[in-house]
Amino acid sequence: MRVGLFVTCLVDLMRPSIGFAALKLLEDAGCEVVFPATQTCCGQPGWNSGDRRSARELAEKLFAEFEDCLYVVVPSGSCAGMIRVHFPEVFAGEPGMLARAERLSARTYELTEFLTKVAHRPKVSASFDAAVTYHDSCSGLRELGVKAAPRQLLAKVSGLKLVEMEECETCCGFGGTFSIKYGEISAEMADRKCAHIAASGAQAVVLGDLGCMLNIEGRLRRRGDTKTRVLHVAEVLAGED
Amino acid sequence: MQVQSMHFKPRAATALGNETLQSNLKKFNSTGFTALRAKAVAEFGPELFEKLRGEGAVIRDRALSNLDAWIERFESEAGRRGATVLFAETRDEACELLLEVCRRHGVKKAIKSKSMLSEEAGVNEALDAAGVTPVETDLGEYILQLAGEPPSHIIAPALHKNMSEVADLFESRHRTPRKTDIPLMTREARNVLRGHFLSADLGLSGGNFLIAESGSGVIVTNEGNGRMVTTLPRVHVCLTGIEKVIPTLEDFSTLLRLLTRSATGQPISNYVSLFTGPRGALDRDGPENMYFILVDAGRTGLVGGAMQEMLRCIRCGACINHCPVYRAVGGHSYGWVYPGPMGSVLTPSYLGLENALDLPQAATLCGACSVACPVKIPLPELLRGLREQQVDRGLRPGKEMLAIRMWSWMAQHPRLYALASAAGARFLRLLGGRDGLIGWLPFGEEWTRGRFFPAPRSWRTFRALYAARRKQRQSPRGA
Repeated sequence: MRVGLFVTCLVDLMRPSIGFAALKLLEDAGCEVVFPATQTCCGQPGWNSGDRRSARELAEKLFAEFEDCLYVVVPSGSCAGMIRVHFPEVFAGEPGMLARAERLSARTYELTEFLTKVAHRPKVSASFDAAVTYHDSCSGLRELGVKAAPRQLLAKVSGLKLVEMEECETCCGFGGTFSIKYGEISAEMADRKCAHIAASGAQAVVLGDLGCMLNIEGRLRRRGDTKTRVLHVAEVLAGED
Repeated sequence: MQVQSMHFKPRAATALGNETLQSNLKKFNSTGFTALRAKAVAEFGPELFEKLRGEGAVIRDRALSNLDAWIERFESEAGRRGATVLFAETRDEACELLLEVCRRHGVKKAIKSKSMLSEEAGVNEALDAAGVTPVETDLGEYILQLAGEPPSHIIAPALHKNMSEVADLFESRHRTPRKTDIPLMTREARNVLRGHFLSADLGLSGGNFLIAESGSGVIVTNEGNGRMVTTLPRVHVCLTGIEKVIPTLEDFSTLLRLLTRSATGQPISNYVSLFTGPRGALDRDGPENMYFILVDAGRTGLVGGAMQEMLRCIRCGACINHCPVYRAVGGHSYGWVYPGPMGSVLTPSYLGLENALDLPQAATLCGACSVACPVKIPLPELLRGLREQQVDRGLRPGKEMLAIRMWSWMAQHPRLYALASAAGARFLRLLGGRDGLIGWLPFGEEWTRGRFFPAPRSWRTFRALYAARRKQRQSPRGA
């Protein structure tokens, strides 16, 4: 099956390895993966800042790039949520465009969700000899219901021990532009998250969204924690860390 | 209540730096209402509770879609049972109507149970100015009246204060020896309040619900003060918002199950008081005169608009309790009566978008509020809607709009975008130095003040690496 990989702007710029890990996982699961080379941003920054126009323009661009794919898979809960949940809102009241948005919405999945719900035979041959804790990123969890999928997949990684931290479902404080508009509050929220990570005793925190990753890693290091690793779930599952 | 909602950011900064407040908030966060709610939902059955939330939303929507008709029904049913229903269009008008009732009945002292609308309207100040002494009888509100502070939470108004602060307050205001035993302190407050209960001429309560079919007002409380306020004085005034009306007693039973579990995790509160008309010929107690002052103060402006769903709110405070921003900065940062996500929608909606510019922005849109809301108000969607209204009305800084438009323009031109992101990756990687951590980010000082910004791990973007890999695969060397 033909799967379009939407790597997201942050993976493209900040952590290409996550894109390759996602690619490997999808190919190992038997998918024919295409990477539409003109892809850029899902429009979330504009949408969340109240600029419907820019969200609209980027949504239309994404339609054109991915409409011939059977599925769109995204290694990020918040970008997948933008496409699946918010694209139809962007085009509310415009029947033709709304139908296009809904067709794309129905075919869009967050990576771990796709691997467990659609790919059926996810192959996880990685090993990771450490205790890890999982941070549930907000959009993936509450917009898409991604909760069990990453844990099911991580359970297949040999040597990996999952220890849950307190408040694993509480926001890390990233919130897109919130993190630079209200830096002080954002950093305080990140600090609380870091304290929970530390208290869990895990050697690594694993998650599924780049924004949270940068926020948590940045705060952990500022706190002086140079040891705790911050990893995307795709990296751990693909064994490419 | 004085509006300070334009100053969210400096107020939040002060709150973050206030160690006492932070330790009080931490205690609330770890032992507070969220855990109690979670337990109550687990006991009730999560699936059943989900179903109940859906029913709650439907009930509220049914009332709101015919708000005028249900209010008229309430007015006629309450009137038929001997109560007087008055309507106030503004907060000031609400105070005027109340003062008129006070004058008519020669009221010198008014005892109050908790009413957020009285905070909205500044009732205490209005009563004081007219020579009527207001006495708060909810323990939290009483503490705040002594301290001269506004509430910081709609259910637990004094949660920003700890026992030691209250002990100091009681010592200086009651002129009694300092006590640090909570039951003893509570008894001391009870003793002071007892005299007020018996000597007051008027009782002012809020109203959690107005039941149209029976013309009853309802208050849901835990301390018992509400029952005294609504039965002991010769005049009872229920001051609440017009949106609180619901059609039937059956609806009330559904909403009550949602309200207490969502607010404090209780299956039911200690007291649930329904008041239907003044004292009748056969009644042994109750007020001789009963008034409802139903206040609009911006509410009808939301009907039929993008924010209508906010009017479903039953004031349980669950969105506040679950909000990670509120949990960090506390209620006073929000600068008006309603803090947290509900406040971030209500304050700009009631007071004007331009008077609370930060509130819709100061949220991560994490959604913790909307999944806890007993009537399924899509709070993140409403906040996003307010952001859109800010943009449409030109209320966002030009710099911010320029940045968003530039980003969006760039993202629509893939070749240019590829060049810019390639340059960006190199630049950030350089800034990150050997440890890959950026300590100062141009245009991102707010980020780097409290955190490092982790630099890109690669000199090249995914798209560049992917293209290179494809090329290599298509023309294998030595073939």
